[in-house]
Amino acid sequence: MPNFMGLIYNELLKMVRKKRILVVLLILAILIPIFTYAQYRTVQTNIQNLGTSDWKTLIQQQIVDNQNRLTSSRIPEEWRKLIKISIQQQQYYLDHDINPTSPGAPTFIRKFIDQAISLFLPLLIVVVAADIVSSEHSGGTIKLLLTRPVQRWKVLLAKYVSLILLVSFIVTVTALLSYLISGLVFGYTGWNMPVLTGFDTQNDELITQGVHLVPQWKYILMSYGLAWFACTAVATLSLMVSVLLRSTAASMGTMLAAIIAGNLLTQLSPSWTTIKYFVFTNLSLTNYLSGTPMMIEGMSLPFSLIILCVWSIISLLIAFTVFTKKDILA
Amino acid sequence: MTDHPTKVLVVEGLTKKIGKREIVRDLAFEIGQGEVFGFLGPNGAGKTTTIRMLVGLIRPTHGQIKIAGYDLSNQFLEAIRHIGCIVENPELYPYLTGRENLEMFARMVEGVTPQRITEVVQLVELEERIDERVKTYSLGMRQRLGIAQALLHHPQLLILDEPTNGLDPAGIREMRQFISRLAHEEGISVFISSHILHEVQLLCDRVAIIHQGRIIQTGDVHQLLSGEPPVIWKVSPLAKANQLLQSLPDVFDVEILENESIRTRLPQNKIANINLRLIQAGIQVTSIEQKKPTLEDIFLQMTEGDSLA
Ligand SMILES: Nc1ncnc2c1ncn2[C@@H]1O[C@H](COP(=O)(O)OP(=O)(O)OP(=O)(O)O)[C@@H](O)[C@H]1O
Ligand SMILES: [Mg+2]
Repeated sequence: MPNFMGLIYNELLKMVRKKRILVVLLILAILIPIFTYAQYRTVQTNIQNLGTSDWKTLIQQQIVDNQNRLTSSRIPEEWRKLIKISIQQQQYYLDHDINPTSPGAPTFIRKFIDQAISLFLPLLIVVVAADIVSSEHSGGTIKLLLTRPVQRWKVLLAKYVSLILLVSFIVTVTALLSYLISGLVFGYTGWNMPVLTGFDTQNDELITQGVHLVPQWKYILMSYGLAWFACTAVATLSLMVSVLLRSTAASMGTMLAAIIAGNLLTQLSPSWTTIKYFVFTNLSLTNYLSGTPMMIEGMSLPFSLIILCVWSIISLLIAFTVFTKKDILA
Repeated sequence: MTDHPTKVLVVEGLTKKIGKREIVRDLAFEIGQGEVFGFLGPNGAGKTTTIRMLVGLIRPTHGQIKIAGYDLSNQFLEAIRHIGCIVENPELYPYLTGRENLEMFARMVEGVTPQRITEVVQLVELEERIDERVKTYSLGMRQRLGIAQALLHHPQLLILDEPTNGLDPAGIREMRQFISRLAHEEGISVFISSHILHEVQLLCDRVAIIHQGRIIQTGDVHQLLSGEPPVIWKVSPLAKANQLLQSLPDVFDVEILENESIRTRLPQNKIANINLRLIQAGIQVTSIEQKKPTLEDIFLQMTEGDSLA
């Protein structure tokens, strides 16, 4: 299909020339050094507070801190469960002589994606994805695009494929940039450091049966694969919103609000379990790898993947139906 | 195989409802090869709505559109291939250069070569600025790039929505010459919407007049638009002249204006005759002024024609 490749080329050309991608790269290039420095400061402060750089003492200290928090009666029940599980996990690291914070650029990129997957990366994706159809409306160019001998669904599919390519690019660049930049401070080694994964929670208990060690590079591949999946879901929903709303500001606003709401709801109201069916409460996929317990009961990796898939498929159906049927009135 | 082998565009029973409002109703017209067809109507008549249906941007509620023999709703790809259009303003991608815009559209049709791009750029005389970004273009240049884009794939029918809108007099003249050349030298049929009667008279071979979503009349431009322009008589005494003019058979719409003159409507070839009658009746005629008819005059005339019939 030479024709279809042409359509994808067109979409990529528009994306590049609109300079949105440049903005995203700039944001990454500015924020990653800041996060690197923040991470550096955290490590330094901990060392200072403990008066030692020995990580075992550090973890022991963390366990003590957590136990102190447990004794406070003002902590809600849900938090209490989380803290208990965290203690179990830290104890496990200690018992098996595994340093979870071993510095090095690979450790940084692993931790960075953990933090970035639920909010930061999705926001960057929205910045480039939310205007993919709406900008054609606001610029009036939709009239030129849809009066060619090309079916409407092909035009939209080309846009979607380009969007997925863009997501892949952003996720890759995030990994590369965080490796290159953080390496300047932490050094570039640590790919083979063993990392624990395979945690599972059941009835508030951390199930350590499946826990095993993987080399860090493997863990990072899995993390970024999951991040790619989460970001693709965000891009797919952005596509639908961009088809439905004719103004770029409106579609970007809607998406940003929804993503932030998803994040806030998980933090604020972990007992309201219905929100686990909301797409953007399921973005923190890497938590399942690291064993960070989910706030809401009944969430698991397959559950979150299914929720993201279902929302994406419905979004695609709506986007394609509306785009191929709707009257271009103004 | 096709009903109208020489017709580039055939429209039948075209109706569009938005909500409960009927924006256009039961339109029917045809455009032959190499013909310049005017679509004349005041603001809000439904011209743009009709054009959006012709180019497949909106779906008709009823009716059929055939382009080069292909039904637009059933054979969209075959039909749309023969159309080049600018709907309302020539909106292109401002952050791309003129050439990149053209290349982009070339990738969406089969058979547009780089030579063809050079050719259309020369045709619209944009060679000098074609490699600059469109956001630096003037309106006239955008309009020309819009036309280049519309001509890229050798369409049989060019659809232009008020193409002279916003252009200065020189630009308007250029645009008219350009359109005539396309039609008469290259054999491309052109559909032009306009609210300016004069423009349609200058450019078009045939015209359809649309008002409040309906075609009031279709026909040859000269038959339809040149008949019975208003004539202003400066005469004295006013009352006597008025009486006489009212009684004459070829004269209608007699009306006394504020500045001591009378406005009438009558066939051009009768002006000398009527003048003679006035003079014979001892009425002094100081001036006879023939007005250019405006769109409103035409409407007045046509709606009156309807009520008489
Ligand atoms: N989306 C819409 N919803 C409802 N009514 C509409 C819509 N778009 C246009 N109209 C109405 O349809 C009528 C025809 O509009 P259209 O734009 O086709 O007129 P036009 O002849 O192109 O006018 P102009 O000379 O001002 O460009 C107008 O009365 C307008 O208000
Ligand atoms: Mg209009």
